[in-house]
Amino acid sequence: MNLTREDVEDILKLLDSTAYDELHLETDRFALRLRRGVGGWTQEHEARGEVRLVESASGAGAPDEEALDDLPDDGTADAGPADAGPADAAPADAGPAREGLVAVRAPLPGVFYRAPKPGEPPFVEAGDHVEPETVVAILETMKLMNPVRAGAAGTVVDFAVANNEPADLGAVLLWLAPDAPDALDAPAPGKP
Amino acid sequence: MRIRRLLVANRGEIAMRILRTCERLGIETVLAASDADLESPAARRADRVVRLGPALPQTSYLSVEAVVRAALTSGANAVHPGYGFLSENPALADACARAGLLFVGPAAQHLRALGDKLQAREAAIAAGLPILPGGEVTSPTEAEAMLEHTGLPVLVKAVGGGGGRGMRLVTDTAALPHALELSMAEAGGAFGNSRVYLERYVARGRHVEVQLLADGERVLHIGERDCSVQRRYQKLVEEAPGAGLPDDLRSAMHDAAVRLGRHLGYRSLGTVEFLVDVDRATFSFLEVNPRIQVEHPVTEATSGLDLVAAQLYVAEGRPLTLRQDDVVLTGHAIECRINAEDPDRDFAPGPGKITNLRLPAGEGIRVDTAVQRGSVVPPYYDSLVAKLIAWGPDRQAALDRLAGALDRFVVEGVPTTIPLHRRLVADAELRAGGVDTGWLGRLLGADATAPVEVTTNG
Repeated sequence: MNLTREDVEDILKLLDSTAYDELHLETDRFALRLRRGVGGWTQEHEARGEVRLVESASGAGAPDEEALDDLPDDGTADAGPADAGPADAAPADAGPAREGLVAVRAPLPGVFYRAPKPGEPPFVEAGDHVEPETVVAILETMKLMNPVRAGAAGTVVDFAVANNEPADLGAVLLWLAPDAPDALDAPAPGKP
Repeated sequence: MRIRRLLVANRGEIAMRILRTCERLGIETVLAASDADLESPAARRADRVVRLGPALPQTSYLSVEAVVRAALTSGANAVHPGYGFLSENPALADACARAGLLFVGPAAQHLRALGDKLQAREAAIAAGLPILPGGEVTSPTEAEAMLEHTGLPVLVKAVGGGGGRGMRLVTDTAALPHALELSMAEAGGAFGNSRVYLERYVARGRHVEVQLLADGERVLHIGERDCSVQRRYQKLVEEAPGAGLPDDLRSAMHDAAVRLGRHLGYRSLGTVEFLVDVDRATFSFLEVNPRIQVEHPVTEATSGLDLVAAQLYVAEGRPLTLRQDDVVLTGHAIECRINAEDPDRDFAPGPGKITNLRLPAGEGIRVDTAVQRGSVVPPYYDSLVAKLIAWGPDRQAALDRLAGALDRFVVEGVPTTIPLHRRLVADAELRAGGVDTGWLGRLLGADATAPVEVTTNG
């Protein structure tokens, strides 16, 4: 069983009448650490239960196939880990630098969008010239849309992350051929 | 139908919240988790976990098909959508009905009627509730004509919307056509519905909402909550009851909410949102949120009710035995939303790993969270990581407990709004009570007319 908030309050009331300043409680399912400090009690709780994953479509809980056939197709049925972007969608900080090119990196983790809205033309295409302040993409993080700026003047060479795919912090989003060769020595563009 | 095994089709603190009530009621739980949440504390706490899909919400928590499939695969006979995601989507309610699953929420017809803000306004008018002057406009000419009723400034709002998306404040007639165009485009993109309407702008307003609990016949209110401490339409602090509201205004709002619930024949939990015009001491209907809300714990703290349990109970089709007189509200409760955002960097989102976490505990203190030390706050979902609720016999006592609890609250690894909350609970105006919805923006020096890019989850 797990402790409820009321259980914890009761334990604290008991502890309040004692000289103890700390209590540790551990079971297979959770660990609880209560501590008396300046101003009052704090708790640290850790859920430890094993994750019991339901095997899909097997055993007693198998779905009724007819009911499944009735489901509306909301266009997400085939979207799975299989379409995880192009092969060169490198994880954060992975992949070698490309000679003579500048990487535009993700200033924060999020979902990469090349256009302001679905169906609209992308901010930039390969071959477009950009200035440091040019918005080249959007990263959606925690439901906030964050513009990504080129960070250097140059020409877009290609994209390292596909539209609507997640990008880790620092991941290369796209490559620029810089106007000025010394841009290569500048700090990584796009970093906060 | 009795709920035997419940699919919790949500994540984070609300998933954990629903699991807790189910444990108490002896209902088996299955957590529907995306790949980002398969090892989360909620996944460890649930009786079973079923994989919903990839981390991106469109392919997991926002997919009607994935949710219904998960319920059928795991042998659940009911689905709890929590808040946000699919909770107000009639397509999920319909799909559940077709699959023989009980949807824990109102009837699909009510989700449809209340999701359309103009239909909701019509229902409010029919039930005799006061509304703000305004209505649908389809062209700049119509909009200009509508100004005769609304006056200036005026708000442009999305018919299909919520959370500030598509909403715009217009202060002069010349700016109206452009604002209309922008709002229509934004609403079309966000909600697939570009219809907009105008509504009178209230200069000094308080957001006060009434909690309803209804079984389709009997409609009870469980008091009101004041959620005026907002930044860009995102609530940050909520409390019950509303501080310093005149008694007649308060009870008129309770009555109005109940009237609307009766008019609809509503069944489930629901919240009727009102805007209180501070200068005129009047209130107007805004909209109905047909789901459990983020800020429900302040109502639980003052009423002693378990709202999730009540929601499950009426979802089973059982008539309420509770009467209005049985609802007794005691003391005062205040909630702070602890978001993974950096208040010193214009609330920049801060996903990442929580390296240390210590929660305040003690009498009158409640923390709802689904993270623990080592948890990762993913970038794909909203930034809420915990809710701190303090109850006290009166508002002053609640504020004092809240201040002490905030001082003991430790989150390391991600930025949070805790430092801002410490500042707020010490603020003289907040402590005095009754601040309006523009107060926090003014305090932060934010531009109240700045474009809004966030969706609501509360």
